[in-house]
Amino acid sequence: MVRKNRIYSVCLFIFFTIVAIITLLPLALLAVSSLRPGSDLMRYGLNFSIDWASANLNEYKMLFSGQNAYFTWYKNSLIITVIQVALALFLSACVGYGFAMYEFKGKNVAFVCVLLVMMVPTEVILLPLYRLITKMKLINSMWGIMLPYLVIPMLIFFFRQYLSGISKEFLDAARVDGCTEYGIFFKIMVPLMKPSFAAMGIYQGMQSWNNFLWPMIVINKIDKITLPVGLQSLLSPYGNNYDILIAGSCFAIIPILILFVCFQRYFIEGMTAGGVKG
Amino acid sequence: MKKESAFKKFLYSQKVAPYVFIAPFVITFLVFFAYSIVNMIIMSFQNVAGANTSFIGVENYRILKNAVFIKSLKNSIFYTIVSCALMIPLPMILAALLNSKNMRAKATFRSILFVPALTSVVVAGVVFRLMFGELEGSFMNQVVGAFGVGPLVWLRRPGTVWLALFFICLWRWTGVNMMYYLSGLQQIPEDLYECASIDGANSWQKMLYITIPLLKPTTIYVLTISIFGGMSMFSESFMLFNGNNSPNNVGTTLVGMLYRMGFTQNQLGIASAIGVVFLAIVLVVNLIQLRVNGTLGGKEQ
Repeated sequence: MVRKNRIYSVCLFIFFTIVAIITLLPLALLAVSSLRPGSDLMRYGLNFSIDWASANLNEYKMLFSGQNAYFTWYKNSLIITVIQVALALFLSACVGYGFAMYEFKGKNVAFVCVLLVMMVPTEVILLPLYRLITKMKLINSMWGIMLPYLVIPMLIFFFRQYLSGISKEFLDAARVDGCTEYGIFFKIMVPLMKPSFAAMGIYQGMQSWNNFLWPMIVINKIDKITLPVGLQSLLSPYGNNYDILIAGSCFAIIPILILFVCFQRYFIEGMTAGGVKG
Repeated sequence: MKKESAFKKFLYSQKVAPYVFIAPFVITFLVFFAYSIVNMIIMSFQNVAGANTSFIGVENYRILKNAVFIKSLKNSIFYTIVSCALMIPLPMILAALLNSKNMRAKATFRSILFVPALTSVVVAGVVFRLMFGELEGSFMNQVVGAFGVGPLVWLRRPGTVWLALFFICLWRWTGVNMMYYLSGLQQIPEDLYECASIDGANSWQKMLYITIPLLKPTTIYVLTISIFGGMSMFSESFMLFNGNNSPNNVGTTLVGMLYRMGFTQNQLGIASAIGVVFLAIVLVVNLIQLRVNGTLGGKEQ
């Protein structure tokens, strides 16, 4: 029996090793190719055959040389991600708190609206939203990207769920002590919500950093586009596009990979939020 | 001064505070969501050309009979069905295997399988577009070449296009769905399995009669997000074909069609009609789901 278990265990291990290799293969391809000139890629295609003797970091040097828009895109994405995460966390936490801690007229109607926004894919209203943003003169502005997505139903839901575990008597005690309604939120609840901020910050950060379709529609100036949109624009194989594309794609993932290794728990918690309640 | 303090008292009262807290959502909802939906429904009955708009009845909805539209709808439905068929059993099995007592280095494998979820659709699209390149040296051509199959033009034939699309989907989402199932598995009490062992159940029976039924809430949730993700798929196809035009519309989806009409051909009325149809599909799917589950899927409670 023990022997049988050991064989089973080894088989399982081998199976998952193969799955892991297949999973990492596309990224490994990208990493290996980033050490070769882009012209190789155009001529031979994306593959693992690489002459290690001639492998070099020229592609990355080109990236850092400042002779292309890559870091402008990087900076744009970074600014949008930071602002959007901060505002979305704050505003959604307020709303989630309102739903979790108070009874008020119209609460159910409002909450059904949250569910409605959550259920309807954002692609449905792509066109009317674009027209609205145009009317608001926010085309080519980072606020055009962010403004419709500062209060996120997913976050509201998560914060509401998180706060529902906190007793309301706690609030009454604070009121007796002379704390105002907003004071309770800022001084007592926000510190209590810290762990949920970490998970949701990562959830929203990944959304903002990787967002593609909406920023592509809102921004059409080459120096204002975000990183994913910029990378997509390099996909046609002209000039040295491929040099920047491959190294640039790698460099877009590397910081996230590092963050993932450091804050795995929050990444997994945040990105799978909403799965199972408990 | 007195007026201001009265206002302050009003704002700080326990009755008003909740409305202040939910105000950001209400404003966003009304300005961006509700307004857009209403506007879209109105536009779908209009001929919109610059500043001139005129009502033309259901003319725009003739797009429903358009062959390309029907194809795009079929593509989206096909993609949704197959991706659900792949993305539910596979992650479930992987999670169950990974969760087994005999498994070593669980956390490491769990993390590795999650890594693709960190990439954007753009990076994933770039890699897969190049992997499925037409050149003889492209990775996938090397793979099939090893089996003696000549270089294929992957992204020009329906069959291989779907293969590439499903590969992207599998690669990006298996880890995430597996994570949902892993946390679902944590909630199944261990003694259930012990009881079953005492009753002489084998692992297959345990999977069939304990694991799968008790994972139902997770499955419902994964199914829900897979349906909506599948129906609104666009970026993957956009990346694979480096734009919204695929040979013979093999990769044109519902949202792709909406994008083409609204943003490329400037047929705003028709694009709005497509949007309304899409919204109707979404609502119908939700209604069916409500009926089947009695609750709001895995989302509430």
